[in-house]
Parts: sequence; structure tokens; C-alpha cells
Amino acid sequence: MGSDTIWIIGSNMTRFGKHPDKDVVDLAAEASREALKDAGISLSEVGVLGVGNLMNAGAGIGQQLQKQIGQTGIPVFNVSNACATGATALRVAIMAVKAGETDVGMAVGVEKLAGAGLLGQRGPKPESETWQPSGRFGALSSTEGRIGTSIMPGVFAQVGMEYGHKYGGTSFELFAKISEKNHSHSTLNPLAAYQKRFTLEEIMNDVMIAYPNTRPMCSGNCDGAAAMIVVNDEKLKSLPLEVQKRAVKISASVLTSDPYVDGCQILPDVNTLTRNAASQAYEQAGIGPEDLDLVELHDCFATAELVHYDNLMLCEEGGAVDFFESGAPWRDGAKPVNVSGGLQSKGHPIAATGIANIHEIVMHLRGEAGDRQIEGARVGLAHVIGLGSACGVHILEKVA
Amino acid sequence: MSEAQEKEITETGGKIAFVDYLILDDPPYLQAQECTSCGARYFDRRNACASCFKDQFRSVAIDQEGVVTSFSIVQMGPIPYVSAVVDCAGTSVKCTIMNVEPSPEYVTLGMQVKLMTYSMGEDSEGTEAIAFGFEPI
Repeated sequence: MGSDTIWIIGSNMTRFGKHPDKDVVDLAAEASREALKDAGISLSEVGVLGVGNLMNAGAGIGQQLQKQIGQTGIPVFNVSNACATGATALRVAIMAVKAGETDVGMAVGVEKLAGAGLLGQRGPKPESETWQPSGRFGALSSTEGRIGTSIMPGVFAQVGMEYGHKYGGTSFELFAKISEKNHSHSTLNPLAAYQKRFTLEEIMNDVMIAYPNTRPMCSGNCDGAAAMIVVNDEKLKSLPLEVQKRAVKISASVLTSDPYVDGCQILPDVNTLTRNAASQAYEQAGIGPEDLDLVELHDCFATAELVHYDNLMLCEEGGAVDFFESGAPWRDGAKPVNVSGGLQSKGHPIAATGIANIHEIVMHLRGEAGDRQIEGARVGLAHVIGLGSACGVHILEKVA
Repeated sequence: MSEAQEKEITETGGKIAFVDYLILDDPPYLQAQECTSCGARYFDRRNACASCFKDQFRSVAIDQEGVVTSFSIVQMGPIPYVSAVVDCAGTSVKCTIMNVEPSPEYVTLGMQVKLMTYSMGEDSEGTEAIAFGFEPI
């Protein structure tokens, strides 16, 4: 193996959900200290810190974290990159280690969102006495509702519906079935915000948020943090055999943004950048989608999960509906997807999500996933996407 | 308010468009900025083309009719509305579908729609704001 191989030696996520007794820094501290303990190393060995947080992007959460767990003077990169913020923080740590600046990096993603409500553009704003054009469109007031929607459940509903228009086969029931799968998976994940199984009827009869997404088909705002310790080959070899045995290889780490395609500024294109990230990741790792034992993908809404089966090339182009209908993405299927329960049940504390989905893969590859263990898992892929847009794809392998 | 907008109000008899790219002509139409180099179309002002990075644009009128390629019925407020993407002869337009029951029985993928405008009311100076939507044909 090459000397530039990067390994995950420590990983942790807090329980996702409501943490009224903890602030953002408390949650970040909990995940960080547990990840260090998991790796069996001291904070003094960490040479770079990447910290993701979206809701307090200007607050220097990284340095605030240091003040609670240890100020060692190392460079801190506070990052904000929509829902891909956590994956971006990890990319920073990986890049610094890969560049030879340090042997050990730590990445943390943290968010407090419980009770935050619906995210996206709000409106309409109170109107002034006279019509006043503002912004790049010279709009007289909020465009929300007047010119479609920019609120997340509606945007991602349209992402799924667009797929249906292009390839056919989608329906309200199909999208609801995807949600049924993830909620079913969540019953085995003690760290999920919601561990409730829903029947298909319950999902379809729940409150409609943005057709075809009802409430259980939307990811839940909640609190949570996740942290990860990465090292290079040389450092790994210096660590106890116990640590080496549990190390997980990062076979690919990719971050993309959305390239220009027709219509991408009308309805955000979450497809091209995901497909690009997946292609690059498969090439980096030297493996294909057929080699994956499990996938954690960004199901911020049930409608989004469908399109990413295709974007991550888990199926033939246009074949996402058939792929789902075959039962493949259920935990006992040929290609388990979101065995953690996905964002719809596990919850979506935005900046924590991009590390937590990698944590899920790490647990399975180590054989430490408990009741929800995918037996014999050796290769996994974690995907995250943030509107704007940013996409992170990581492929992990169990080598030892 | 810019000179151009003041001029437009005068010329259109005390009316102002909800957004710059709605042109209150007879009939009203949507106008895009088209890159003279690669043909990419945008509805807001441009510093340069996101596709080819050139910076020359010309104004083009968008077709009045199109096909719904995606939609969602947003039900988070007191009044549900239909958000959609309409393909107007190759140019995607974001809009609200008007004059239709906001229900999947009435709104369908592939539905034919056409541009319409409606009044948003007058401000304290008597200027009437005009917004656009698309409606079933």
C-alpha cells in the first residue's frame, strides 16, 4: 500500500436527537473526546483540526471546542459547506495529512437544530408602502410561493418528480415505500433520533409537507455531533496492534460542486455533481459499485434517495425504480442502503451528517455495528450532498 | 428604484413587474439573458456566463407555452400552492402553477401550460404590481 494511504483510527457520533442540556460545543466535545478515546491517542498528537458547523458559521466553533477540550495551538479550519459541511471538515483533515503537514488529523461536525423548523427561504416578507425591487431578480417581495418554492421539502420533492418525468415509474406510494424502508432500518439503531417503525399507510396518511413528501419522508432537524481521527500509514504502523486491527482505510475521498448544466439554476441539479463525485471515487478506490457491501446516502427526503441510487450508479441509468422495487436497498437485500435509518429517521443535524454517515460505514467494516451489523461487510460508500451545491463521497475498506 | 424601472412604470401605465425578467408588454413575456457565445440562458443579471465564462449577453423572449417537467404541492402554509419547473421550448422556468386545484389529481407531469399574469395589488402611490404564473392550457 502507498505511503499516502489515509486511515480512520477513531470514530464517534453522539446520539442524534434533542440535547437540551448540551450546547454546540458540549456536543462537539463529547464526540471529539470519544473519537480520541476510540483511537487510543492523545489530543497532543493531533496536528490539524477541521470543524464543521453551519448555523454558527462565523463563530469559530473549532477554537471554542479547543477551549473546552485542549488548546494545543494547531491550525484550525472552520468550514461551512451546506449539508456537506461535515464531509468537508473531514476532507480538510485528510488533505492536511496527505500533504504531509501532519500525521494525525481530527474532523468534527456539530449542529444544534432541534426545533429549528423548516429550512430554506421563508416568506413572504412584510411589504413596504411602495413596491421596491431588490436582489438580482429585482423582486418586489419574497419569491416564495409566487415563483415556486425554495423551501427544502419542495425543492427535493421536485428533484424526485423530475426523475419520474424523465424515466417514469415513480409514484407517491413508491417514495413512501423508500421512507418505510429507512424507518424500518432505524429500529436497530440506538443512536437514531427516531426509532419508530411506520406502516406504508401511516407514512402516506401523515401530514403532507410538500407533495409527494409527507412528514415522515422528511429528514428531522435535531442535535448531534460526530468526530473522526485520521492518520497516515507511517503513524498507523507506530500504533498498537489493537488500533491497527480496527483501522479502516479511506480508499477514496472526493468533494465536488455542481458544474453548469442547462436548467441547474432553476431547479438545483443534485445529480451531476453526485455522479461526478461517485465516478471519481470509484476510480480513486479502484473498485466499482458492484463491490459495495453497504451504502449510506443522503436521503434528506424520500424523493432524494431514489435519484441517488442512480447517481451513485447502484443501478443502470434510469433504473432506480426497478432497483428499489427489487428489494436491493433493504438491509437484507443485495445492496443495503441506509441501514442506519438514514436522515429520515436517524435525523439530520446538518454539519454532523457528513461525518456520521461515514461513522456508520466504519462501524460495519469493523464488525461493531451491533444488531444492525451487515455481516462480513468489507467495503462501504458514504454520500452527502448540500444544496448550493457540494457533494462528498467517501469509500472505505476493511483491510486488516 | 433605478432609472430603467421608473421609465418602465411610466411606459406601462403605473404598472411594475414582480421581477425584472417579466416584461409587461402586450402580451407580457419572460425574458432571459442569453450568452452570445454558448447560448446558456439566465433570468438574473450576470457577471459572466457560468457555462463558458464569457461576458456578452443578449435579451431573448421565452416561449409562452411549455410542459411541466417537475412539480411539488407545497402545503406548509395556510394556502397550498403548486411549485413547478416548466420546459418552455428548451428553457427551464421556475414558477407557480395558477388556476388549478393544488392536488395530484389535477397537476400532472407532462401537463401543458402557458404563461399568465395577475395583479398583486397597488402600492401607496397607485402603482400596480404584476406577477406571473403558468396555467393549464
